[in-house]
Amino acid sequence: MNAAGAAPGAYGPHARKEDARFIRGAGTFVDDVALTGMLHGAVLRSPLAHARITGLDISAAAAHPKVEAVITGQMLAEQGLAWMPTLSGDVQAVLATDKVRFQGQEVAFVVAQDRYSARDALELITVDYEPLPPLIDAKRALLDGAPLIRDDQPGRTTNHIFDWEAGDLQATDAAFAGADVVVARDLVYPRSHPAPLETCGVVADSDRITGKLTVWATSQAPHVHRTLYATFLGLPEHKIRVISPDIGGGFGSKVPLYPGYLCAIVASMRTARPVKWVEDRSENLMATAFARDYHMHGEIAATRDGRILGLRASVLADHGAFNATAQPSRFPAGFFSVFTGSYDVPAAHCQVRAVYTNKAPGGVAYACSFRVTEAVYLVERLVDALAIELGADPVRLRMRNLLRPEQFPYRSPTGWEYDSGDYPRTLAVALQTAGYDDLRREQAERRGRGELMGIGVSCFTDAVGAGPRAHMDILGLGMADGAELRVHPTGKAVLAVSCQTQGQGHETTFAQIVAAELGLSADDVEVVHGDTDRTPFGLGTYGSRSTPVSGAAAVVAARRVRERARIVAGAMLEVSPQDLAWTGGRWQVRGDPGRSVGIPAIAMAAHSALDLPDGIEGHLDDKAVYNPPNLTFPNGAYICVVDVDPGTGVVTVRRFIAVDDCGVRINPMIVAGQVHRGLADGLGIALMQEISFDADGNCLSGSFMDYLLPTAVECPSFELAETVTPCPHHPIGAKGIGESATVGSPAAVVNAVIDALRPLGVTHIDMPMTPANVWLAIEAARARDGRE
Amino acid sequence: MRITVIVNGASHTREVEPRLLLIHFLRDDLGLTGSHWGCDTSNCGACVVWLDETPVKSCTVLAAMADGHRVRTVEDLERGGVLDPVQQGFTECHGLQCGFCTPGMMMTARALLDRNPNPTAAQVREALSGQICRCTGYENIVRSVLWASARQAEADPARPGGPALDGRGPA
Amino acid sequence: MQVPAQVEYERAVSVGHALTLLARYGPRAAVLAGGHSLIPMMKLRLAQPETLIDINALSELRYVEVADGELRVGALARHADLLESAVVGERFAILHDAEQVIADPVVRNWGTVGGSLCQSDPSEDLSAAFAALKATLVITGPDGTRTVPARRFHTGPYETVVAPGELLTEIRVPASPGGGSAYAKVCRRAGDWPLAAAGAMLAVDGGTIVEAGIGLTAVGSRHFCASEAEEHLSGAPATPERLAEAGRIAAQHCRPVSDQRGPASYKRHLAGELTVRALRRALLRARAGER
Repeated sequence: MNAAGAAPGAYGPHARKEDARFIRGAGTFVDDVALTGMLHGAVLRSPLAHARITGLDISAAAAHPKVEAVITGQMLAEQGLAWMPTLSGDVQAVLATDKVRFQGQEVAFVVAQDRYSARDALELITVDYEPLPPLIDAKRALLDGAPLIRDDQPGRTTNHIFDWEAGDLQATDAAFAGADVVVARDLVYPRSHPAPLETCGVVADSDRITGKLTVWATSQAPHVHRTLYATFLGLPEHKIRVISPDIGGGFGSKVPLYPGYLCAIVASMRTARPVKWVEDRSENLMATAFARDYHMHGEIAATRDGRILGLRASVLADHGAFNATAQPSRFPAGFFSVFTGSYDVPAAHCQVRAVYTNKAPGGVAYACSFRVTEAVYLVERLVDALAIELGADPVRLRMRNLLRPEQFPYRSPTGWEYDSGDYPRTLAVALQTAGYDDLRREQAERRGRGELMGIGVSCFTDAVGAGPRAHMDILGLGMADGAELRVHPTGKAVLAVSCQTQGQGHETTFAQIVAAELGLSADDVEVVHGDTDRTPFGLGTYGSRSTPVSGAAAVVAARRVRERARIVAGAMLEVSPQDLAWTGGRWQVRGDPGRSVGIPAIAMAAHSALDLPDGIEGHLDDKAVYNPPNLTFPNGAYICVVDVDPGTGVVTVRRFIAVDDCGVRINPMIVAGQVHRGLADGLGIALMQEISFDADGNCLSGSFMDYLLPTAVECPSFELAETVTPCPHHPIGAKGIGESATVGSPAAVVNAVIDALRPLGVTHIDMPMTPANVWLAIEAARARDGRE
Repeated sequence: MRITVIVNGASHTREVEPRLLLIHFLRDDLGLTGSHWGCDTSNCGACVVWLDETPVKSCTVLAAMADGHRVRTVEDLERGGVLDPVQQGFTECHGLQCGFCTPGMMMTARALLDRNPNPTAAQVREALSGQICRCTGYENIVRSVLWASARQAEADPARPGGPALDGRGPA
Repeated sequence: MQVPAQVEYERAVSVGHALTLLARYGPRAAVLAGGHSLIPMMKLRLAQPETLIDINALSELRYVEVADGELRVGALARHADLLESAVVGERFAILHDAEQVIADPVVRNWGTVGGSLCQSDPSEDLSAAFAALKATLVITGPDGTRTVPARRFHTGPYETVVAPGELLTEIRVPASPGGGSAYAKVCRRAGDWPLAAAGAMLAVDGGTIVEAGIGLTAVGSRHFCASEAEEHLSGAPATPERLAEAGRIAAQHCRPVSDQRGPASYKRHLAGELTVRALRRALLRARAGER
């Protein structure tokens, strides 16, 4: 399937419209917004992970000559604003009133004339804390005597948040009982952080005269934020305007509301002046939503000859001090249950138990497609573990069990309906691109010389584009998105969409989508986004949903415009609209190629005195709300080649081959860029990125000196290839690509390192595979050898 | 204290606190918001500008230290309406996505090409290793810099060591 | 963004002027060179000096030169200056090895050699490199200059023998005929501080080691050196076994601590492993020099 009637050449590499401002340093990020009379906020944060607040003295800070206001939790409580709703239906303290529940939690908010003075005034606030025992290890959360974190909730006696399961337990147990081989692994997907280079921030401007609140914010979901502000603050929604200007990366961490946003809004209302608050990097790493922190036990059952029979998983999820994960309401563990991955697994069952700990809240915030990252990591590690157990080549084992093209649409044992794919071909392309057999030969030679070279494979199926509103909502807001398309008399178009670019290039890709449908140049289509006053309602950009949902809305709107244009074209050409065919980007009289009109001429006619048929009022503008019938399932096969220094444990990623099937590619240049990003994520997550804590709950990863992100030196030159199986239910067959590589790549890196260490007997290392962790595993294996 | 800094060829005199960081002087006092800050700890390089001829991390330099010196920022890469080859390279090769790290990357890349007009890919990676990009996986940034290197070699085989800092003409 | 607390600022225009300012402002003044250690600590408000004395204008302290075979590095030489010096690369290769893995190219443009030594971070690479080279540091004060061996310069974490009112002005590395040197470091990522690193300097005559210097950093070695391992090599045959044993001795005598970067056992292992790697490379270079 292709874009029906798409103008030739509209899809393909197209230089990004966004670039013109960014290469000149002329973007407008939140911290670039400077309003007259603007004040600056700073947050006082808890140094302790768990403590009762017994005293708070703001008098010295309030007396600072440049301080305009100091806000405390008590003040917010008087307005009923001390606790805000989270995207998971829990509440989170805006400013602590009773206890602090994680290190870095917000305690007070200072507003001053400049940012330096605001920071100075924080030093003048004294807080008395009565330390409480912290609960840091999720595995202890439900033990007797564990400190109770959420005693703010009446009647609560434990740190348990939810239990959730999917799949058929009985059928799965039966499959395991009948299996020749069962392999189990305990796998930790460590707490990670997306760390977009721009931290979170806000400029709140409450206009006392008009009553209008304007909020410039680092938001991936401006409409959701507006509705939350309306319901939480009790403001009329039409008196709130949320503007997401240029966003310096989000990756999921800019979906939730954060206390600092609300503090700035309240401060602007109190001072009647604009208030800016931008978190620093430590605040970002310590308090803004983290990702993962899944402690997984996985089991795989198979026949002796390598046919997978079943998968079981049991997960302990560490959600931190407040349940603030962002995902569809009915999926508290996100889409983790897609954990049978790319394989034909007859039976599967998973259960997820979530708990509170004295750590920052979050869990779904890092290009994870609502926990598909964790799911893919689990199944890809288990398949490799099975390969080790069977003595099988991990590629042959995968080929044997991959879903076959004729099985699509495929109903998974946990209830998902995969749309399309050709998994064996995708893996075959990856093997060919990598030169897999040559790599294995080279590996054998190197092993002969005592060198540690590893080859890791990961086949993944992502699940994106949430989602059908009958099943998927966030806080009751169905996950459908709108698009509005205006066509000016000269045929230039403006598309307004609800999704919000954070670097994905929507201003270009969405212009190409419309251009393709209307036979226009992408340069003649402007895309408006990130402003609730100028765009239709929709849930925003995350979960790789922009192209699958908003992109589809744009297509539908454009096709409606096209149909409207057909009627006008009929009047222009004096034929019945039914006698026109959309050909080469124009309405053409059937059988008469000499008589056709394009959208620009039609648009002018639609705005002119031309006598139009009954029921046509003129103009071509139209709009759509797209409610996706299903998720889309981008997929791929990745191969990573690593070298490990046995003397130091240092891992070097030598090559990374990525073959992606994201359906129809609108702008392949942008698609490739998205894949590159995710591959760097996978390398970083597998090798170095971890938010860690000491036993007292002190965050040990609160700066870029300790939370390490890969640089250009660690990343190899990525080798990309593609397969294309168009999505059958998306109007142009696109599936989404934003998160595929983050989802699919960590397992390839880990599998490669384990493969390198196989001669030493190493079978598993948890991420991140730092030099120390790798060396410890080598040493442990050597010690075992010594004993045997 | 009163400082005078020549920024992008224009002299600016301001009364500042001695503690004021150069990045804030540029962004808040002069309104040159093209340079960003991303990490506070001189790890990310979003704030790279030139101090005299040298790329520095302006989040870790005081404005006072720039008193009497020249600073060049991303706003000065395009001269006389002509984009620097590095700017062209970044857009030709999709070397940016969110655009937040881009100004710092480009300033370092410009300095690299002034010193080494024909770097290898490995040299480009090394030169940019003090700068974090969260969007591109660096692949296309490296291509962008190599593109710029090739373009300026084409345009001017005898290209001298570097553009004049105070001159406003095309580089 | 993190910002420093209020501070006064003075710009020194000569060494004499700097000393006058240091005397005037006393112990609560801090010398500001590249600032890449000091300013981040001020932003975290872990350092709150009353006055900064900016010495960046002291171009008289920014040089890298070889005189009478001795390397002389002005305290204000930037890391990049050291890296760009061809003569350093030829005769004191350890310094190029080290500088290539210290922070990142942009930080190296501005950070100074003297500042790195005076910061006295227990993980400082240059402290180990200069310890291996048995360098001498020149400190200038109101009463003139004094010299201190690099191995007595650091009195503890973030502490040196530089007294209030004094300024480190030069680092001198003796010529080492027949010598070769090298530096080996393991870190978690480009630009990271070392998990452990070792520097080695070997002078050989025929098959015999006539002088050995071994520097270690990030592993709790006193004065950033491994003197027991050096003793094992001095006057001994330059054999692989000997170098390996020196590594074992170096590992045995260091005192690393566990942290989130890695456990002490790993760092101790690295101290040995990297000592051997640096020694081997230094020996190769020494022999290449002989040829």
